[in-house]
Amino acid sequence: MSVVKEFTKGFWEQLPPFRLVLGLCPTLAVTTAAENGMGMGLATTFVLVFSNLIVSILRKIIPGKVRIASYIVVIASFVVIVELLMQAYFYPLYKILGIFIPLIVVNCIILGRAEAFASKNPIIHSLADGLGIGLGFTISLTVLGGIREILGNGTIFGASVMWETYEPLSFIVKAPGAFVCLGLLLGLMNIISRKRPAH
Amino acid sequence: MGDYLLLIVSAILVSNIILARYLGNCPFLGVSQKMDTAVGMGMAVIFVVTLAGMITWVVQYAILNPLGLEYLRTIAFILVIASLVQLVEMFLQKSIPGLYRALGIFLPLITTNCAVLGIAIINIQEEFDFMQTVVFSFASAVGFTLAMVLLASLRERFPTARIPSPFAGMPIAMITVGLLALAFLGFSGLVD
Repeated sequence: MSVVKEFTKGFWEQLPPFRLVLGLCPTLAVTTAAENGMGMGLATTFVLVFSNLIVSILRKIIPGKVRIASYIVVIASFVVIVELLMQAYFYPLYKILGIFIPLIVVNCIILGRAEAFASKNPIIHSLADGLGIGLGFTISLTVLGGIREILGNGTIFGASVMWETYEPLSFIVKAPGAFVCLGLLLGLMNIISRKRPAH
Repeated sequence: MGDYLLLIVSAILVSNIILARYLGNCPFLGVSQKMDTAVGMGMAVIFVVTLAGMITWVVQYAILNPLGLEYLRTIAFILVIASLVQLVEMFLQKSIPGLYRALGIFLPLITTNCAVLGIAIINIQEEFDFMQTVVFSFASAVGFTLAMVLLASLRERFPTARIPSPFAGMPIAMITVGLLALAFLGFSGLVD
């Protein structure tokens, strides 16, 4: 497997959270607007890339029995760094994402990549994997956030896009809308991937 | 007493941990296919969340705050939860084998259940005192179990329903949860 392949698989084959149904809580919670989804995606990407890097460097040193605990400590350290950085430089976004920033620790995508990929592969490949999956996650969250923002609020990235008399469907930006939108998108992805021949 | 009742109603119905706060979705969708696994997971969550809520509260106010280490909260809490789950597992295996057999496979899954860490953090953010922490943690976990049992009873009927094939499995489960959440939205306004 080439480095490029490791990078690009995150954009369709293993696109989280649609193909890899993991990390649902942040997906549902923060995608009320495109900007929030993007912020959450980028924060997760940061943690994912660095945790993959460290886990890959230490993969021959960490004993098998305590590996999960070690991964969690590595991930938690980077989450604290992200938390402090966002508090310092992106305070409004930090306020909106709130509890879901510390909860990046328990995002199964990150632990999943550490266990399934970074603990078995060389450093460069692990970096490519982390960046690919992370950016795929960011794109998914931005798209889902964009759809919900357009339908539920009539705007995209804060700019008005719908006609003047458009009555926003406030249901979409509330909790039930999150589940329904994600369910419909998952079904749509299934239809598209059936039409595409498998390689 | 009235305050606690209000806290319980709001944690179970109004801001249900899954349907309104979006926490704990992975196990919620993962093990809600059958009623008995849903109940087992729910019981394990009630047990661990209540214990974790109490212990993390003590860690925050007895260790982190006096030492000025508030920024380490995330690391400290996840380590406490991970070791707590391990301890509970060992304790149950030795002392209450019956309960261990019932909860067994669900316990390791709980470490990555974001509801546990989420509730622990909410307890601190809302500045609850110790009693409120206990009540809120317990009630939130009961809310989790309620939502899970409701979804499991709905999902058990899927095999007899005609679902369009691209929507079979996860997509239709998501949409069902959405409708469930819509029903729970009716409780908002009950407590403000």
